[in-house]
Amino acid sequence: MKKDSLKSEIAFQKTIYFSGVVILLLLLGIFFTLLFSSLPSIKAFGLKFLTGREWDPVSGNFAALPFLAGTLLTSFLALVISIPFSLSIALLLGEYSKGGAISSFLTGMVELLAGIPSVIYGFWGLFILVPVIRFIELKLGLVPYGVGIFTASLILSVMIIPYSASLGKEVINLVPRELKEAAYSLGGTKFEVIKRVILPYARSGIFAGILLSLGRALGETMAVTMVIGNSHFLPTSIFSPSNTMASVIANEFTEAVDTLYLSSLIEIGLLLFLITTIVNIAGRYIINKVSVEVR
Amino acid sequence: MENHILKIENLSAYFGKNRILKDINLRISREKVTAVMGPSGCGKTTLIRCINRMHELVPEAKVSGKIFLYEENIYDLHPIILRRKIGMVFQKPNPFPTMSIYDNVIAGYKLNGIKISRSEQDKIVEESLKKAALWEEVKDGLYRTGTFLSGGQQQRLCIARALAMNPEIILLDEPTSALDPKATQRIEELIVELKKTVTIILVTHNIAQAARVSDFTAFLYLGELVEYGHTEKLFTVPEDKRTEEYLTGKFG
Amino acid sequence: MQDKTLFRIMQDRFFKLVVMLLAFLSTLPLLWILFYIFKNGISVINWRFLVNLPKPVGEISGGISNAIVGTSILVLISCIVSIPVGIASGIYLSEHRKSRLSYFVRLSVEVLQGVPSIVIGIIAYLWIVKPVGSFSALAGGIALGIMMLPVIVRSTEETLKLIPYYLKEASLALGVPYYKTILKVILPTGLSGILTGVLLGIARIAGETAPLLFTAFGSPFMNVNILKPVNSLPLLIFNYAMSPYADWQKIAWGASVVLVVMVLFLNLIAKMVAKKWKTIS
Ligand SMILES: Nc1ncnc2c1ncn2[C@@H]1O[C@H](COP(=O)(O)OP(=O)(O)OP(=O)(O)O)[C@@H](O)[C@H]1O
Ligand SMILES: [Mg+2]
Repeated sequence: MKKDSLKSEIAFQKTIYFSGVVILLLLLGIFFTLLFSSLPSIKAFGLKFLTGREWDPVSGNFAALPFLAGTLLTSFLALVISIPFSLSIALLLGEYSKGGAISSFLTGMVELLAGIPSVIYGFWGLFILVPVIRFIELKLGLVPYGVGIFTASLILSVMIIPYSASLGKEVINLVPRELKEAAYSLGGTKFEVIKRVILPYARSGIFAGILLSLGRALGETMAVTMVIGNSHFLPTSIFSPSNTMASVIANEFTEAVDTLYLSSLIEIGLLLFLITTIVNIAGRYIINKVSVEVR
Repeated sequence: MENHILKIENLSAYFGKNRILKDINLRISREKVTAVMGPSGCGKTTLIRCINRMHELVPEAKVSGKIFLYEENIYDLHPIILRRKIGMVFQKPNPFPTMSIYDNVIAGYKLNGIKISRSEQDKIVEESLKKAALWEEVKDGLYRTGTFLSGGQQQRLCIARALAMNPEIILLDEPTSALDPKATQRIEELIVELKKTVTIILVTHNIAQAARVSDFTAFLYLGELVEYGHTEKLFTVPEDKRTEEYLTGKFG
Repeated sequence: MQDKTLFRIMQDRFFKLVVMLLAFLSTLPLLWILFYIFKNGISVINWRFLVNLPKPVGEISGGISNAIVGTSILVLISCIVSIPVGIASGIYLSEHRKSRLSYFVRLSVEVLQGVPSIVIGIIAYLWIVKPVGSFSALAGGIALGIMMLPVIVRSTEETLKLIPYYLKEASLALGVPYYKTILKVILPTGLSGILTGVLLGIARIAGETAPLLFTAFGSPFMNVNILKPVNSLPLLIFNYAMSPYADWQKIAWGASVVLVVMVLFLNLIAKMVAKKWKTIS
């Protein structure tokens, strides 16, 4: 009896221990699988893979610069567009209307926004946003592609708003109440307290939030794939059709029959994995540091 | 009792449906120290937060009644103007961690967007720190952040910050409860010194402290003002039985 | 001085107005999207739409039954793959808060949560599709399972951390062995918290497309063999939305309504379970 329960005890401890190990191995497995499958491409192109402009499956020349540029442009633009909105939501929920009907309405809406699948954003973008952008491009005298970096950024910005707003709220809530009260007791208006006390205090947290949102934007695939225009060339303006790292994988992976082509796509995946991982770890690190300092 | 700076009339305060203060009537004398005492949770903090309208910052918080600063009802003033006339020092020292000592002292001016010349700023900083008896200790490190200071020094920095705005009244909410006896003594000496130029309302748990520094004492119990008068009289011949029990340590 | 105060008050009000305006503007796309998919999709939906198979272009009354079944299979596989490991490692993390392994597992969970879904797709392709030699529901389910795993680990850990320590002590004091205390006392207490995590995890993966593109792949047929390709709702929406045929696009709108309703419903249930959990603890 006693022995039995001791055995079960050990079995239990082993089970939970190995489950933890499995997660660790999973991550390492992902990294090394990507790395080994990229080797043909890494050997063939070396660092030129990052700096070359040509992506040509016919001649077998692969370089990822156009997609790196497309990814960075789309994500940064999306961030720039979304920041005023997500900051406003964060301020409204964290500062202006804690509790109450307005805040629960807004919270509900933001949660819904976060719940809509990516493919549906893309679908909507394709049928609503693309014609609108095409119209604007015509008015501006540009080539009316409709699809392109700008369109993708717009959709992407809507998609990251819920995420960055909730991070922003989290960070603003970390500002100690005593500090805000001190500022009010000196006669500051809400605007002044936000500008002089809350934002300076939350500065590094907000920066971390932006990093984490960037991490989100970099890897977003479907919606972007559907509206970015799938071009292999280096973008020349924010209205150019382009491809992000994620969208080129989504578009071409099943077509990639020869080893080098497939391996080049996997190397793009590896790069994407590394970039998002670094950005996420940096962001989380800062946020954790800030929250520890507060406590 | 003449020369009143503040008249509180039928003041009631609520958190949601809870009535925390019940029909308080109180007259505060100018350039004197008035102590507010009472057991924990009786509404002392709430009372002084009504006086500079910080109470309203809490969602669901309400007040009724009137408070006159001189002849003016404070509820007719905009809070940002009122709060400049009635400064506040909190239980826990709360200097702004993102600002230097110097900037902390003139934080009120910065926050209010008041533009003053550098030399004027220097003057205000020096005077306020001197009034708060902190000048000698920090004058060589004015541009360091205030978070390196000891608790007592931080609290005096917060007093200097409130003094810098030249307020009519300063509200002190248990300013020494987070400090050691030595730092407490310095703050008490400071309070006595300050009342030459500014009216002070001091919330305290410490009966001896009230006896040492205050001219008048108000005793609150369960949101009611039980007794109010000259400190000496209230401490020696209290009229109400509850006051007597509190002073002799029977509860609270 | 008075003028300045007036200016400051106006500035404060103006800023508040701007904040409100921007905040509410950001909900506009949501209303627009919901309105648009319901407008286009609701008319397509009827019983036949839900039970019929897709038809070639030109034939009417095509349905999405295979995608609904496919999505269910995929979700089922991913649950089987992720729930046991996820809960077990959640228990490990909450029981060994400061161990070295915990530190690395927590880090891994955070990193995993941020790995782009398309990368997970590549992994499932390399691990399953390539060795097996065919696209399959299994590969898709595993890809989705990997995505769901961090959500479950986290919610389990967070939930168990909130359970008061005295509960555990009470049970241990009665002489109940440690593992039984965890399994019979702690886990049941936190069940609804963990369930919330699982539901949120499902809601997250049910709408995923990218990891399925080259794993589950999609199929016009009804398939329940997990070693063969299956269709799923998001895949069907993607393929039909990108097609040039108005008929198929119409079906994609209908499928979008079904998918959105499903995901929102899952979120709603998760929320209700979470609320119940909060009142318990
Ligand atoms: N933010 C709040 N929301 C709801 N009720 C509150 C809030 N703050 C205080 N209260 C309640 O108001 C009552 C009075 O609180 P107050 O802080 O004024 O007491 P106090 O006399 O200052 O006590 P202490 O000596 O402990 O500081 C208490 O019963 C408290 O529970
Ligand atoms: Mg108090």
